[in-house]
Amino acid sequence: MRRSALEITKSQELVYELKIGQVMTREVVTVAADTPMSQLKEILRVQRISGAPVLQDGRLIGVISIEDLIKTLEAGRIESTVSESMTTVVETVFDDESVIQAVNKFALRGFGRLPVVSRDGKLVGIITQGDIVRGLLQQLDVEYHEEEIHRYRASHIFEDIESDQTGLLLRYKVLPRDFVHGGEASSKLKRALERLGADAQTIRRAGIATYEAETNLIIHTVSGGEIIAEIRPERIKVTAIDDGPGIDDTDKAMEPGFSTAPDWIREMGFGAGMGLSNIAVCADQMRLSSKAGSGTRLEMSFHLQGGERVRTR
Amino acid sequence: MRTLKDIAEELNLSVLSAEHSLEREVTGGYASDLLSCAMAKAQDGNVWVTLQSHPNVVAVAALLGLAGVIIGEGRTPEAATVAKADSEGVPLLVAPWTTFTIVARLAALGVTGLDQD
Repeated sequence: MRRSALEITKSQELVYELKIGQVMTREVVTVAADTPMSQLKEILRVQRISGAPVLQDGRLIGVISIEDLIKTLEAGRIESTVSESMTTVVETVFDDESVIQAVNKFALRGFGRLPVVSRDGKLVGIITQGDIVRGLLQQLDVEYHEEEIHRYRASHIFEDIESDQTGLLLRYKVLPRDFVHGGEASSKLKRALERLGADAQTIRRAGIATYEAETNLIIHTVSGGEIIAEIRPERIKVTAIDDGPGIDDTDKAMEPGFSTAPDWIREMGFGAGMGLSNIAVCADQMRLSSKAGSGTRLEMSFHLQGGERVRTR
Repeated sequence: MRTLKDIAEELNLSVLSAEHSLEREVTGGYASDLLSCAMAKAQDGNVWVTLQSHPNVVAVAALLGLAGVIIGEGRTPEAATVAKADSEGVPLLVAPWTTFTIVARLAALGVTGLDQD
């Protein structure tokens, strides 16, 4: 359900992002103004097209379509020239315009095709609704594959790179009192774990615990701190380090509900005193070491699920 | 199971962000103004009722994979919160009522808590 909603917005976005020049047909069959309609009939039949731009001395002067041909046939004027039956007021689009311009013109005027000209007035291609659909599908496909490739490459990193023990080190800086960016380190770590193919439960546990550690750095530290995640095929180790103020009594700090956060921070919903106990629940192993006046080091480990661990041989 | 879109329509809630992500099915509900409590208890696909409206609400919702957040008592979130919610695809909804009333109305629509049968 969610996926289809996302895809709709994606194609809407692409209609604006894609340029007409990217989706148009470049090899345009054109006809000269003095081409007889009988010859046009053959051109349309052989090329399997339903219309063509009309050029005179390289300039676009009109468009002739199969409907125009039918009208001349009905009138018994098959030997007349293209210039007598063509549409002369030619609506065109520029190659550097976004595809949405063409979509709008098709919708408003009911055209089947639009000649594409460059900014210096030269005919560079032709665009039909079919070209747009094809272009969109292709682009969606390309983007889908790009994400697939990202995931594939990431999830095979432990196979592709050989060493006696391969690990991936991710480092995130956290600033004090920066509530606006709070949660970014944990979100980024979560995304990295997803790409690496870790199992959903471990990602969730690591995400929650890292968020709490990140929030602690934001609320309590003097000058911020760092979150360092070391990812190995069998486990993730997340360490949060800061250089002060340190914790007086780490046992007390671990008690659910114990908090030293000031009121203004509690009013925002932080400082409930549940952070460290949340971490204890989520992590497979946890070690908190601190000394008042120096700094705090919090280590958390998460074992990746047996069958679904970060892919390894 | 109802989607957040159904809930928004039935309760006449205004949607402030990520309108394209309302199609998810709501798996249940959780209410608290303490972020760490939400972190500990709210489940994947839950709707979270809170009075908090700062950007960290979005971070919590995104990390937990919540279906959306309903902010009560007509509190308008800061622009930074809405922008973050849009980029993370987290729907933020606003209701004029107290948390108690919002939860009662959600319950009447069949939304349940994790400790409820």
